[in-house]
Amino acid sequence: MAHENPTGWKRWLFSTNHKDIGVMYLWFAFIAGMIGFGMSGLIRMELMNPGVDVIPSVFGMTEDQARHMFNVLTTGHGLIMVFFMVMPALIGGFGNYFVPLMIGAPDMAFPRMNNISFWLMPPAFILLLLSTFVEGPSGMNGFGGGWTAYAPLSTSGHPGPSMDLAIFSLHVAGASSIMGAINYITTIFNMRAPGMTMHKMPLFSWSILITAFLLVLSLPVLAGAITMLLTDRNFGTTFFDPAGGGDPILFQHLFWFFGHPEVYIMILPAFGIISHIVSTFSKKPIFGYLGMAYAMAAIGFIGFVVWAHHMYTVGLDVDTKAYFVAATMVIAVPTGVKIFSWIATMWGGSIRFTVPMMYAIAFILLFTLGGVTGVVLSNAGADVALHDTYYVVAHFHYVLSLGAVFAIFAGLYYWIGKMSGKQYPEGLAKIQFWITFVGVNMIFFPQHFLGLQGMPRRYVDYPDAMAYWNQISSYGYLVTLVGVFLFIVVMAMTIFKRQKDCADNPWGEGATTLEWTLSSPPPFHQFNELPQIK
Amino acid sequence: MNVKRLTARIVASAIALFASTASVLAQATPGQPEPGGLWLQPAASEQAQRINDFNFDLLIIITIITVFVFLLMFYVMWRFREKANPVPSKVTHNFALEVIWTLTPVLILIGIGVVSLPLLYWQDQVPETDMAIHVTGNQWNWTYSYPDHGDIELTANVVPDATFVNASDRAAAEAELSSFLGWPAKLNARLLDTDYRVVLPVNTKIKVQLTASDVLHAWTVPAFGVKLDAVPGRLNETWFEANQTGVFYGQCSELCGKDHAFMPIAVEVVTKEQFARWVELQGGTITAEADAPTLGR
Repeated sequence: MAHENPTGWKRWLFSTNHKDIGVMYLWFAFIAGMIGFGMSGLIRMELMNPGVDVIPSVFGMTEDQARHMFNVLTTGHGLIMVFFMVMPALIGGFGNYFVPLMIGAPDMAFPRMNNISFWLMPPAFILLLLSTFVEGPSGMNGFGGGWTAYAPLSTSGHPGPSMDLAIFSLHVAGASSIMGAINYITTIFNMRAPGMTMHKMPLFSWSILITAFLLVLSLPVLAGAITMLLTDRNFGTTFFDPAGGGDPILFQHLFWFFGHPEVYIMILPAFGIISHIVSTFSKKPIFGYLGMAYAMAAIGFIGFVVWAHHMYTVGLDVDTKAYFVAATMVIAVPTGVKIFSWIATMWGGSIRFTVPMMYAIAFILLFTLGGVTGVVLSNAGADVALHDTYYVVAHFHYVLSLGAVFAIFAGLYYWIGKMSGKQYPEGLAKIQFWITFVGVNMIFFPQHFLGLQGMPRRYVDYPDAMAYWNQISSYGYLVTLVGVFLFIVVMAMTIFKRQKDCADNPWGEGATTLEWTLSSPPPFHQFNELPQIK
Repeated sequence: MNVKRLTARIVASAIALFASTASVLAQATPGQPEPGGLWLQPAASEQAQRINDFNFDLLIIITIITVFVFLLMFYVMWRFREKANPVPSKVTHNFALEVIWTLTPVLILIGIGVVSLPLLYWQDQVPETDMAIHVTGNQWNWTYSYPDHGDIELTANVVPDATFVNASDRAAAEAELSSFLGWPAKLNARLLDTDYRVVLPVNTKIKVQLTASDVLHAWTVPAFGVKLDAVPGRLNETWFEANQTGVFYGQCSELCGKDHAFMPIAVEVVTKEQFARWVELQGGTITAEADAPTLGR
């Protein structure tokens, strides 16, 4: 070895090791996730009963301030969960840790850039948290314009510096993600082990590769859009101000040109993880490997040409809407291919119901449920009744909260033994799965009914007729809270175990990717001699 | 096969359940949400009716798909569990199967599109209308004006919570509303009622012209099947024709700041004669009736 392994704080702060950086990303996502989850708790508790009473008593503020605080919470919850929880966990965490292992590479292509990619995330997160403590609208703190930050609410509607801090936060987080994406693309194209052709590459690496392309192509558009917000706010430009010849709708086009690929950025790595788990515990190779890989590529591509389905009610031309209806529905086809291929992988298999497999199966079922409500929403005609209601909230939480987040749980249980060398307690983890499964469904299924009844999203208070399902949804949060608490217990029991008890390959013959050929945990530097792939 | 029969039975009972739910909901109060309600608000216009029908068709399709996937998954989980099938098969390709599960969704989607797109075009094209209203979204209330009926203009604010608690406040608010309307009126629901209401005639095609004075808002009345953003610097248009009288409520549907949840929409639909009386009461002109085209056509 050319140099000594760094130890202590230097090992982490100066880290250029993809496994250490991956672990740091996972911890970062965990901390941010807890804060985001806490925010959703305040939201659900406020909505448990009609009236605005919980936030005023928690924060000791007037009802007027609480109404704004609620918007700050929904905005913060959205931004944190998207940029600081799901993306760091799936792309930064699992991506960093397992892509080099799976393709037989010693590390990422640009280890130092990998370091700065991670270390930009904490400052970005701190900027976002700071924004909640400085003035947004006059006399009140924090930005409450939603994660979409539509102008003019994000320009003239929030004159204080809070929005500027939020913009900087997204700039920094975006720079981090773009550098990460460049790193993945370079690594995957150039550092595959001899014999590992693109068409032999594991599906998780495929998913990260496609995600990286989506990031590189979409994030600059977001950066441009929020820079235009910044100059509109501070330097007198009028990109989004009709008084100077601008148009608020322009911001929405730019935002969703990034925003729609962004939702696939969150779900494609999840697809990759689920494919590995389903294959491992069915003891079968994935069914229709090429179809699976190119279905993801197709989803990524179509993801760039459907953005205006988020804007059916802004007053678009009818032909434009008709196009976006047709394009959006096309996404259901590759998604269907993936769902059926997973089931076909299980068909004829020898299925073992470990916790990661239970999460993977739950993912497939709940993603299907979230997917079909997406087909409903894709129809501009039907969407008129459902746009900006809780039906949409239910839909995207089914695909993200019960989709992407379940995949994070699945991936953690699947790989925690590999990463830490210690296996999780199976029995308690099963209980954790069932409580979480019941809880999240209880939160989000009733929200379909609320949306159909016409309850708009981002409402701090609602007509009394909507109290029933809101209350059940909030009880569901309390069940989920138990599940999350148990998750922490299970993970603590795993990590703080005295001795390493995880075999190199704890999952048996079904686990065929390269990470299972290494020790658990893998050595600090692996594949000093590149493996040969037959 | 057993599973097939089971599938058929479950699909049939699911459809029956939805049908009975829909029939129960047909009796709900029109114009506002129902406690514990499961489905769209009852329609009070042809648009809303068509949207509700289309949503119901979609619900049946997505339910069949979801139930199919769930049952398939449950069958696979049971049939191919480790105990029942210790030796996994080696099959990883089946070209015919892959073609089928690509083409079947395509056909289903084409089927949906054939219904969806004509509905969209029908909704979106504003027909010859009988009158227009001009709606402006403000932080946090709505201003309405009647370009075809002189210079009637009103601003509708939410009725504060306290008014529903205090009986004398409530009586005062109702008296004020009644004198504005010219007939007795009652407040119905917290966060849905406004101090003044938009008054519109029944069975009349009404054009809605929307804009906003500060930030984005969205004007929504579920019972009419209408939802459209109010955008500063733009004039958006939509239309509807209420087919029954009554009070119909909606709520702002585009985040607009702190009081986003406190700027509802209340529309009182009355007979054409009553509408004419109300216009006179407000000092407007009724010359712009259906047969005398003027502004806003």
